[in-house]
Amino acid sequence: MSSTITTSANNDEDLWDGGNKPFKASYGKIMMWFFIVSDALTFSGFLVAYGFSRFKNIDSWPIADEVFTHFPFLHGVDAPMYYVALMTFVLIFSSVTMVLAVDAGHHMQKNKVAVYMLLTIIGGAVFVGSQAWEWSTFIKGEYGAVETKGGQLFQFINQETGKRVALDEFAIESRSDRVQHESKNGVWFLGEGSLPSFTPNEVIAGVIANPQIVIKTEKIDANGRKIILSREESLKEITQAIYVVEGANLVNNEYGNRLFADFFFFITGFHGFHVLSGVVINIIIFFNVLVGTYERRGHYEMVEKVGLYWHFVDLVWVFVFTFFYLV
Amino acid sequence: MENNTHKLEIFRGLLKFKSNETKIWGVLIFLSIVTIVEVALGIIKPDVLMVNSILSVKIINWIFIILTIVKAYYIAWDFMHLRDEPQGLQFSVTISLMFLIAYLAFILLVEGNYIFDVMYEGFVSWNF
Repeated sequence: MSSTITTSANNDEDLWDGGNKPFKASYGKIMMWFFIVSDALTFSGFLVAYGFSRFKNIDSWPIADEVFTHFPFLHGVDAPMYYVALMTFVLIFSSVTMVLAVDAGHHMQKNKVAVYMLLTIIGGAVFVGSQAWEWSTFIKGEYGAVETKGGQLFQFINQETGKRVALDEFAIESRSDRVQHESKNGVWFLGEGSLPSFTPNEVIAGVIANPQIVIKTEKIDANGRKIILSREESLKEITQAIYVVEGANLVNNEYGNRLFADFFFFITGFHGFHVLSGVVINIIIFFNVLVGTYERRGHYEMVEKVGLYWHFVDLVWVFVFTFFYLV
Repeated sequence: MENNTHKLEIFRGLLKFKSNETKIWGVLIFLSIVTIVEVALGIIKPDVLMVNSILSVKIINWIFIILTIVKAYYIAWDFMHLRDEPQGLQFSVTISLMFLIAYLAFILLVEGNYIFDVMYEGFVSWNF
């Protein structure tokens, strides 16, 4: 009788080399599950932090389908959500090819595993590319906005058409001697990003000169729509403008609350990083399949393990999609 | 590798597939339908669902959250083949996550709501 209790059904020799199989899962698979559970907590930390900031600003948070309205090659077409939905399908589909690869691995069909792995890699690459496009559109912005002294954001609407108006359609350019700072001109100068195309005063002059322009505020009414000011209120409020915001960066963005862009960058960026590393890992495994590593090993468990990771990335996207884009 | 141990029933036995491969395609079709419903609701935004709320959450958001959890279940159970794993592994993964995430979400959302109230009641001025 041994003095310790072991749960291993295998021989005790490889007990400390992963021979013990709790839940009938091998060492590698259990460790992948450990990683997935802890990574899921990291993502829920991000999403819950997003929820916290959103609840804190519940009456002024940007509405996602007014922000993500672009579709590649369709300029000026209002297509809320369509592209993100397409990205979701791409990711779910690449998840399916991954399961099929795992299934083919169970039947030791090397060529089938390789083909499905390749399709998975392509799907992942398409997704990462789409996300890069989404980021660049978000950073570039479309209409521009102004920020007030109190940190509120004003967007502009054409009263007659009800459509958003870009700053360059109404702002009145005046000769300005505000030039970009350069480090050669100042001893204490640290740095300056590029100046926006207009100064706040040019935008204010444009609003005063164009009677059809009104302000769309950040505030949300009882029906979940942004409150639009009347012409008189707009004229009064616009004088508070102190910054012109074009596009998005980590400090401010033209879509609304400053935190919105920060969470967009961190949550979709962290997820995109996972997809990217998933693609890299898939490529490594794909080449291992091609050279027959798993054929010699006698099983394709490694494909199953990266498959778990890949599905997890898909699973996270399902939640990001709901809580960032839909809710 | 266990070859013939796949459980091929979904929807509590309502649908039974002939092979693991057909089950995967079946789950894909189901997930696609759910996603299409979500996106359609998100674009149409029916007023009935937007204005009315249950437990101070809009009905449309309840629908989104429930459909998301349904999707998560099928991804975990069929794609990550938790369905074929022992019950101990299923519960170790899901119960710990459900408990910790629900706890974290509850605490932080209540706190966020409290801060909103403080600002809203005018105790702290927001627009100065």
